[in-house]
Amino acid sequence: MQERAEPPVTILYFAWLRERVGRAEEKLALPPGVSTVGGLIEHLVGLGDGRPAAFASRNVVRCAVNQDFAGLDSKVAPGDEVAFFPPVTGG
Amino acid sequence: MARVLVQEQDFDPGAEIARLVAGRTGVGGIGCFIGTVRDSAEGRRITALTLEHYPAMTDRALRAIAAEAERRWPLLGCTIIHRVGRLEPGANIVLVLAASAHRAAALEATGFLIDWLKTKAPFWKKESFAEGGEAWVAACDADEAAAARWSS
Repeated sequence: MQERAEPPVTILYFAWLRERVGRAEEKLALPPGVSTVGGLIEHLVGLGDGRPAAFASRNVVRCAVNQDFAGLDSKVAPGDEVAFFPPVTGG
Repeated sequence: MARVLVQEQDFDPGAEIARLVAGRTGVGGIGCFIGTVRDSAEGRRITALTLEHYPAMTDRALRAIAAEAERRWPLLGCTIIHRVGRLEPGANIVLVLAASAHRAAALEATGFLIDWLKTKAPFWKKESFAEGGEAWVAACDADEAAAARWSS
């Protein structure tokens, strides 16, 4: 029996995270065993390129899952949109 | 129902106030905050501020902030307009209006809206300096403290 492929997770980067990663968006299959924002960050850092530098200062990286602010323990599922960005500075 | 807009073009505060009060004769006071681009930051001259946002999230975040203001104060209407893109010194960045029967609610809600917007809406500012170079604006503790005073 063939397994149906799960939809990828869409990763978005904003502000200096976007600049350090070198792209605004990427899509990837959620690796087995990764189910939280924190786990996803570890996976992304392991992919290298600009990502380790982008996540070097974890305490100043904020996150949203499906357009809602989220924390390191927040759940991530296939098909989710996960955004990483610095603390907001609008207004 | 709040009027919430994110746009590149400028806004007209007078026209927005007129729009807010049109047909609402119960309004007795309107609070207004306009944020503008300063020409300096920590002693360095600024030539422009570039505002980036997270389009899929911004409208929702601003509406949630407006809904919270409407829950806390008896507002007869409110408006949030935030500009994005490249803005030069003197340009408008953000407009917040809150209308109520009495001034206390209008003024407090206006303060609340801008304080929460600064810490809970997905916008980021990048400064371009006269001597060259650019830098992302860091979030400041004073903004967090200002937002925290509305916690209850």
